[in-house]
Amino acid sequence: MSDVRQHADDIHDQFSDHIDVSVDDVEDRLTTLVDEYKVPIDEARRSVTNHYLEEAGLDREDLAGGSSEAAKIEDVDEPEQWIDITAKVIELWEPRSDSVAQVGLLGDPTGTIKFTKWAKSELPTLDEGGVYELRNVVTDEYEGRYSVKLNSTTVVEELDEELEVGDDTSVIEGALVDMQSGSGLIKRCPKEDCTRVLQNGRCNEHGEVEGEFDLRIKAVVDDGLDAHEVIFDKDATENLTGISLEEAKDMAMDALDTTVVADEIRDLVVGTYYRIEGPTFGRYVLADDVEELDGPADAEQLLIKARSM
Amino acid sequence: MSQAELTREVARRVFASEFNDSTYTFKESDDERAPNYALLPTGDRANRVFAVGTLTETEDVGEDSEYWRGRVVDPTGTFFVYAGQYQPEAASVLRDTEPPAYVSVVGKPRTYETEDGTVNVSVRPETISIVDEATRDRWVVETAERTLDRIEEFEAWQDEQEAPESGSTAPTNEYAQMARERYDSPVENYRRDVIQALESLENVEDAEATA
Repeated sequence: MSDVRQHADDIHDQFSDHIDVSVDDVEDRLTTLVDEYKVPIDEARRSVTNHYLEEAGLDREDLAGGSSEAAKIEDVDEPEQWIDITAKVIELWEPRSDSVAQVGLLGDPTGTIKFTKWAKSELPTLDEGGVYELRNVVTDEYEGRYSVKLNSTTVVEELDEELEVGDDTSVIEGALVDMQSGSGLIKRCPKEDCTRVLQNGRCNEHGEVEGEFDLRIKAVVDDGLDAHEVIFDKDATENLTGISLEEAKDMAMDALDTTVVADEIRDLVVGTYYRIEGPTFGRYVLADDVEELDGPADAEQLLIKARSM
Repeated sequence: MSQAELTREVARRVFASEFNDSTYTFKESDDERAPNYALLPTGDRANRVFAVGTLTETEDVGEDSEYWRGRVVDPTGTFFVYAGQYQPEAASVLRDTEPPAYVSVVGKPRTYETEDGTVNVSVRPETISIVDEATRDRWVVETAERTLDRIEEFEAWQDEQEAPESGSTAPTNEYAQMARERYDSPVENYRRDVIQALESLENVEDAEATA
């Protein structure tokens, strides 16, 4: 079956309950857009779908059941997409609002994503560790992090199978071009489950507290094509700089100033090339495995290419 | 990008010869806070650059207050780096470093028109760090690669312009188009600079014979 025919079939399936239309008719409309007007197939499909929505007097949401597509978690990169996912509930978190029935983390072999289930949508309860097929969830984005929302049109089906969960690992090779504020020797709120970084001795949640020292680097690693934000935790920072948390505290004590630590670290790391591997959390990559790239780079292949262009 | 305003501008890799030819600057919107871009002659925009080279000279050219100028040399030419009171960390590196030394510079392109109408392009540094030779060599190879990629895309676009009937797979290349309108120098010059830069690396001396 041709590509266009397949799309025509899909669209036809969505509308066959609502209006009287033949697959050929749908295909003709798609073909006109794709062949004559050079519209990309995705756009053509969207346009044809809109045409039938109007003819049937429907909203896009009414169709959601048919128009959502099976997706993998790593592919979620746009808000307001209707998708079907098969995922395991890795963790359930405490909802912060009465309007939320359940909130937590879903995972599939390609990665993890936050989910929210609204109270008013009256869906079955998801169990931690359970594997579910979730049809018709909608994607959302907040500050660069994606999530999925279960809604009243979502179909939840528990599956009796195991699902391996991947960890969304990124590999970046590039130069560390910037170290951001909040790096070096920092203090965190000591309250249980609160690890917020203190600003002038204050926690946003708990006010003035006796902070606990920690070491970290928030950096930008850039390969000339993309700028990636990378976080080095205490262990990664100690390994990278050779400065331990204890030494950092001593340095700050001697100078009566914690910023000496950040200055020292900046001198060591900015302008250096690294290969960094680690899981992605929203816009940050956590530096699990760091290697300084100080070996010779291969120029010969490039020279041959440059000469032959 | 749904959050264009939060997206950090990437640091382009560009050799000094091309950077110094990037005399045309523009903004993508009328917003006064919109970022400024220098137009690279190989067809890309640069709001930030990352350069590594040899700091050969430093001089305080300021009159009332300190204003440091550093010359950072790569295999194709010289980056001029200016740091004053608003770039205190970079200025102190220029003040304290004894040339010659390998340095990396992260900074923004700035243009300045002289009385005779020549446009000079310089770098306003965000950071300057002392680095080693391996980092310098890696940068040369990386910059060669990025430059060749830009040239390849430029030429693909150019071929398409010259033979539009050959198919509708035209790669749109907004900045190649802009570069052709604004600049006279052919991209071929930058390909030659890439070859020259790669040949200058010691570990490829033998490639000449085999290529």
